[in-house]
Amino acid sequence: MAEAPEAGQKKGLTAIDGAMALLVVLLMVQIWLLTTALETFLAGYRVTTLPAAVVSGLIFAACIGLYLFIDGVDAERRHH
Amino acid sequence: MSPFRRPSAEPLWRDEFSVFSDDERYVSRRQFAKFLVLASLGMFVGNLWILVRSWFTRKPVYPAITIARADEIPVGGVKLFLYPTPKDQCILVRTGADEYVAYSQKCTHLSCAVFYSAQHGRLECPCHNGAFSVRDGSVLQGPPPRPLPRVVLIRRGGELVASGVKIQAEVERG
Repeated sequence: MAEAPEAGQKKGLTAIDGAMALLVVLLMVQIWLLTTALETFLAGYRVTTLPAAVVSGLIFAACIGLYLFIDGVDAERRHH
Repeated sequence: MSPFRRPSAEPLWRDEFSVFSDDERYVSRRQFAKFLVLASLGMFVGNLWILVRSWFTRKPVYPAITIARADEIPVGGVKLFLYPTPKDQCILVRTGADEYVAYSQKCTHLSCAVFYSAQHGRLECPCHNGAFSVRDGSVLQGPPPRPLPRVVLIRRGGELVASGVKIQAEVERG
């Protein structure tokens, strides 16, 4: 059975809101990583900088994935 | 549902500045998500910058400079000096008859100049009430995240010579 356009629109917005909430959480983790890596580097500990950069890169990749998801939902719901 | 955006039949301006309020809610969310991803890129670049700095920063070579005569400061007295460069203000404290300690005068919080409080027997930062131990430079209170960098002192006869600066990790390594 075909979905009513309004219901589809609402479902799409809910999906986008969920993805955006996840984006905000990931960004907060990334800010924490950046400040911690900077503090430990300034204290003279260098072993933490590589893992921090790798995890930050993975989080950035996840953010791109979420953005592509949001973009996809946007295109799907508005141009069907 | 494809994860990638399908090309729209609408022109870009009509797609991005829709007259329909339902569509506008999608556009504003997508643009905010784009801003969040750009912020994430900024964080990642910042982490990469720290990584590159940690790989390519060489250990500095410190000169040996006479900073004071041992008898020139009374017990509990201080002397300010510049080390290792003329831009780096440091503080020398005579804590006992034959005990001297020296630290960078820059607070590790926001670089305000710390001073020696003889009343409390500690180094204090007037900006945000940070305090450091005069014994080892460790943080006693307030927002500073790290101990004060310690200036290595050598006694040469009646003179005190600064011969290096040790930050937290180097002090712990000994």
